[in-house]
Amino acid sequence: MTLLKVEALSREFGGILAVDSLHFEIAPGSIHSIIGPNGAGKTTLFNLVTGVYAPSAGRVHFEGRDITGLAPHRLAAMGLSRTFQNLQIFFNMTALENVMVGLHLTLDRRLGAALFRLGGVARKERRARDAAAELMRFVGLEAYLDVDADAMPYGALKGLELARALASKPRLLLLDEPAAGLNPVETEEVAGLIRKIAQSGVTVVLVEHDMRLVMGVSDHVLVLDYGRKLAEGTVDEVRANPDVIAAYLGSGAAGGTHGA
Amino acid sequence: MSQALKRKLADPRTGGLLGLAAVIAVLPLFLPNNFYYDVAIGAGLSAIVCVGLNLLIGYAGQISLGHAGFVGLGAYSSAVLTVEFGWHPLAAMTAGALGVGILAFLVARPILRLRGHYLAMATLGLGIIISIVVNTEAEYTGGPDGMTVPSLMFFGRELYGEAVWYWIVGAALLFTVWLSLNLIASPVGRALRAVHGSEPAAEIAGVDTAHYKVLVFVISAVIASLAGSLGAHYAGFVSPANVGFFRSIELVTMVVLGGMASTYGAVVGAAILTVLPQLLTGLEDYEHIAFGLILMLTVIFMPRGLVPSFFTIARNRLASAGAPPP
Repeated sequence: MTLLKVEALSREFGGILAVDSLHFEIAPGSIHSIIGPNGAGKTTLFNLVTGVYAPSAGRVHFEGRDITGLAPHRLAAMGLSRTFQNLQIFFNMTALENVMVGLHLTLDRRLGAALFRLGGVARKERRARDAAAELMRFVGLEAYLDVDADAMPYGALKGLELARALASKPRLLLLDEPAAGLNPVETEEVAGLIRKIAQSGVTVVLVEHDMRLVMGVSDHVLVLDYGRKLAEGTVDEVRANPDVIAAYLGSGAAGGTHGA
Repeated sequence: MSQALKRKLADPRTGGLLGLAAVIAVLPLFLPNNFYYDVAIGAGLSAIVCVGLNLLIGYAGQISLGHAGFVGLGAYSSAVLTVEFGWHPLAAMTAGALGVGILAFLVARPILRLRGHYLAMATLGLGIIISIVVNTEAEYTGGPDGMTVPSLMFFGRELYGEAVWYWIVGAALLFTVWLSLNLIASPVGRALRAVHGSEPAAEIAGVDTAHYKVLVFVISAVIASLAGSLGAHYAGFVSPANVGFFRSIELVTMVVLGGMASTYGAVVGAAILTVLPQLLTGLEDYEHIAFGLILMLTVIFMPRGLVPSFFTIARNRLASAGAPPP
């Protein structure tokens, strides 16, 4: 059983193939990483899978269902969520409210109930606050519950995106550079968090440049170069792959040092 | 005072509503004659429209430069359906609101796919089309001369005169504010604010952004239409003068001045910008310039608007007053 299946996926931007007839599968459980040099098509791939871009060709299947080109909110309902490389925070809300938006699909969204405050809206909102606060504790942000999001430091905002993504109870969580801009201590915390998320039964796929993080947490690595699959396998397999070493260090370096 | 009571009073849904109700109740003591009542009623009707418009602009982050058109459609629906077709005023008002809701829904989907300047242009165009229609369809609307509107009947009693309408509009404003506060404090309101904050993030959190943009546009248009109907029955007269582009700009200015994403801000903005021209009657010719200037100065010097800025200052004062002296 595969959780995510990508078939012959391509996306062209002005004559350049950012993603070029890509095939791969993600098995449920465990932590997967997608790596590759800048411009390899990693973020484009995320945007194709999560419905931000429509592919030029190819299909994406999630839990056996064709999700190609579905709007992101439909994917969220099916159990797919993500974070963003350039943070997408609701800066017009508190931290807790940001996470509560992630609970959207589990809440009472009837207009009449909202307008006239019927159907126990107040009680349900209190429960939602508790659930969101619990998620903020899970990612270590209990100190920021009622802080306005625009008053939070960068590292905390990365955690906030994680908590919000987890709020929609995803079965597949795509993390776009969760360690970008973080110091080594914060990166180590993120690594611990990713393991904790995976242990709770969520399949995690991350795009990441921080090789220590990738090599430290990944069960499976997919290497992209120029929009195509260069290699995939376990951390050790990928590390030993001469093509990967060449792509990272330039050709001629093959057979040289490990751990790009 | 007990803590629980204090907290209740600090909550905008109880304390704020009580405050607004108190203002509405006490204000007549300071209204010496019908002219002042008329200004207050005008402020109240504008405030109702602005509370709805603020849901769209302030909370959901969309723009409409054509809202006077929806007010006008409500007013003219009440006028034409009662006078030309002999409908009951309440039926006409309901039909107007329904019609405006459907119109808003039909134009919203293509329009709200546009962003920023394009959305502003599209709503601007819609408002101008409505304005042209009420000006030119003279057979029904009386054209530029306008037309008279019969009084609103309520259980066989004719609702007539400033003193009566003051309370009708006051009650309608309280009700609208209550609905707006409820909406914002619900998952639906949070979804609207999420659309404003970040559409990509809202989508992946499961918020159907297109749906909520259409929804809030329709809600704000329907509220505008109902306020238009009320205004038509109160004045007993409709004319194209208040349907045009400048009225739409006035409404936006009220929302921005009072404070975007603040329901009470919309009320305060509407009140100030309704009263101000009455105080500056000598400057009537320059009214549009004054509104433009106020809009510009607000955006530059107080982008969050009066009410949110006031509360920030008040909170900081309280915090520093409560802190031990250095």
